[in-house]
Amino acid sequence: MNPPGPDLLALKLVFVTGKGGVGKTTVAAALAQLAAENGRSVLACEVDAKGDLAALFEAAPTDFVPREIAPGVASMSMDTEASLREYLKLHLRIPVVGRIGPLAKAFDFVATAAPGVREILTVGKLCYEVRERHYDLVVVDAPASGHIIGQLAAPQAINSLVKVGLIRNQTDWMLDILSDAGQTGLIAVTTPEEMPVNETLELTARVKEETTVRLSAVVVNRVLPELFGQREEEVFEQLRQANAEALLSERAKGSVAPVFEAARLAVTLRRTEAGHLQRLQAGLPPDLPVLLLPELFTRTHGVRTTHQMAQALGEELGH
Amino acid sequence: MAPQRAGGTPASIGHLLSAKEIVIACGPGGVGKTTTAAAVATMAAAEHGGRVLVLTVDPARRLADALGLKGIGNQEVRIDDAVFKQAGITPRGELWAAMLDTKQSWDDLIRRHAPDAATREKILANPLYQNISGRFVQSHDYIAMERLYEIHSEGKYDLIVVDTPPTRNALDFLDAPQRLADFFSSRLLRWLIAPYRSRLVNVATRPFYTVADRILGTQFLADISEFFILFQSMYEGFVTRSDAVTRLLSDRRTTFMVVSTLEATPLREAEFFSSELTARDLHLGAIVLNKVLPDYLRDSATARLAQRMAEQVDTLGDGLTDDPVVAARVLREVAESFMHFGVVARREAEQQNELKGAPDILVTVPFFDADIYDITGLIRLGQQVWD
Repeated sequence: MNPPGPDLLALKLVFVTGKGGVGKTTVAAALAQLAAENGRSVLACEVDAKGDLAALFEAAPTDFVPREIAPGVASMSMDTEASLREYLKLHLRIPVVGRIGPLAKAFDFVATAAPGVREILTVGKLCYEVRERHYDLVVVDAPASGHIIGQLAAPQAINSLVKVGLIRNQTDWMLDILSDAGQTGLIAVTTPEEMPVNETLELTARVKEETTVRLSAVVVNRVLPELFGQREEEVFEQLRQANAEALLSERAKGSVAPVFEAARLAVTLRRTEAGHLQRLQAGLPPDLPVLLLPELFTRTHGVRTTHQMAQALGEELGH
Repeated sequence: MAPQRAGGTPASIGHLLSAKEIVIACGPGGVGKTTTAAAVATMAAAEHGGRVLVLTVDPARRLADALGLKGIGNQEVRIDDAVFKQAGITPRGELWAAMLDTKQSWDDLIRRHAPDAATREKILANPLYQNISGRFVQSHDYIAMERLYEIHSEGKYDLIVVDTPPTRNALDFLDAPQRLADFFSSRLLRWLIAPYRSRLVNVATRPFYTVADRILGTQFLADISEFFILFQSMYEGFVTRSDAVTRLLSDRRTTFMVVSTLEATPLREAEFFSSELTARDLHLGAIVLNKVLPDYLRDSATARLAQRMAEQVDTLGDGLTDDPVVAARVLREVAESFMHFGVVARREAEQQNELKGAPDILVTVPFFDADIYDITGLIRLGQQVWD
């Protein structure tokens, strides 16, 4: 039904975003795992530094220096001050670390005043990893959809604010990487619910208008299984007739009423979801792949889930 | 059934709200925070009376439409009584709503604090300011609390329910006023706005400026300096103000309502948030758990029955339908589905039991079949948490 999956694994830099609570980190972890299983060396970077990404591989929280947390998957947590230090070391060859200390602090204030500065250090580090080809693929557990635009648009924002200087010189090559659809992509994660779908549709429009990054796919997480087709629905109604239900209860040695009630609930939930899915599909560009990941009833997080989600994602992508 | 508290009064959100003037709904994203805030505000207007305001950030469009709030902004608007009448309710009081417009609120703030017209216009036109007010994420956190303070001091409402903006960190908005005050009183800020010449003379700060110039370019530094010099003129006003906002948050009349679901990740965040509120001596009034699956899904006898059904699907439906093949498939799906949801329901109930540091008022809201998008839905949700 969907167009063939995009080759996400062929990209160099993938940002994963979505409204809070939709499973953005889980999808980022699954993508990293899938890429690693397909022989890529992956850097999974957590921008919000909550430690959730490493936890999805049962690893201790990471810091700015990448560490292998699973075979083929290295992980790091973004730290803008550390990023600044690294940047200064690379570009200014500042000898005394003591002088960077207060500078980093001051930078914090400058960053507070001039949005884009903090973001450029984040995006800059990610682009740097891509440019240096330390890994085949950099997967970013990016900020929630409300904030991702600011991050992806940071190089342009800096370009318009800073006319000269080292930072200005740096934004051009970053823009080259970010604007290349063959290298950089964005995945918007959503669930089949009203607000996440609304936010995804808004995000799609804003990404196009305000950034140079291409949206590669929308991932719909926690999709409930389709319980019945139309024919099944009719037969279900026959089974729910009072006399049929009574006979079933007798044969099964217990009232089947709550089981049927649960099925009715599942059908209603699925139907509500289907409506939102339809709205999502209708609002997205027709050639944008929409990947569906199932609701896993048994577990919600941890490495077991990461592996299951990687498998589901792989099936959707045709790997 | 509401739990009893010392003194014999039942613990309920209805009781809580009758004693508070400000309710701040907070918690992780995607758990129905906005809807819950709107629902308790609606209930308060309907039952307690008076003037109730819900200050919201990003309501679902359908809900905003249904309440007649299309295109509202910073200005508070009253929900028409006709909207209540459609739901068969005559509210005792008035329900008002306002949306947070970050940019507008910042502009208002500048207008209030700028010492003179020239400074005001310069700030409003400054590109750095426009960046801060329009895009800067943390400015959102601050301005939500600032707006709350502003509205509360006007004395127009008996109760204000605030829906907090989605933040990277649920605590950001609590720290925002203090951070802003720190920012304005910092030594580093004074360095930044020191006249360019004196910077080069000062031996201690010279390396800093040399490096900063090389990274950012002199012009950008000059822009920043100008911006900060302008802002400095509002220093006193801002610091006094953000102190007042901080005080308001810890006032006895303010309470926090943590909203979550029973899913693992949101619940963990809600738990963390609750403990932080307590650590800061803020009043954690209630936890609302949304989308709780019905009890019958956890019944083990029914779960065993569903398992038996799944094993006997081929014979169970004999003679009951016109299509035994489809009937077997339906019965299998039905049984499997029960077992799937049963696992989720049990896990979530267990997670509720493990919830640490919960306040007296811990209410659960059942899973609703449909999305809530009108006043009837809000009241239905509100009634679940009210008594």
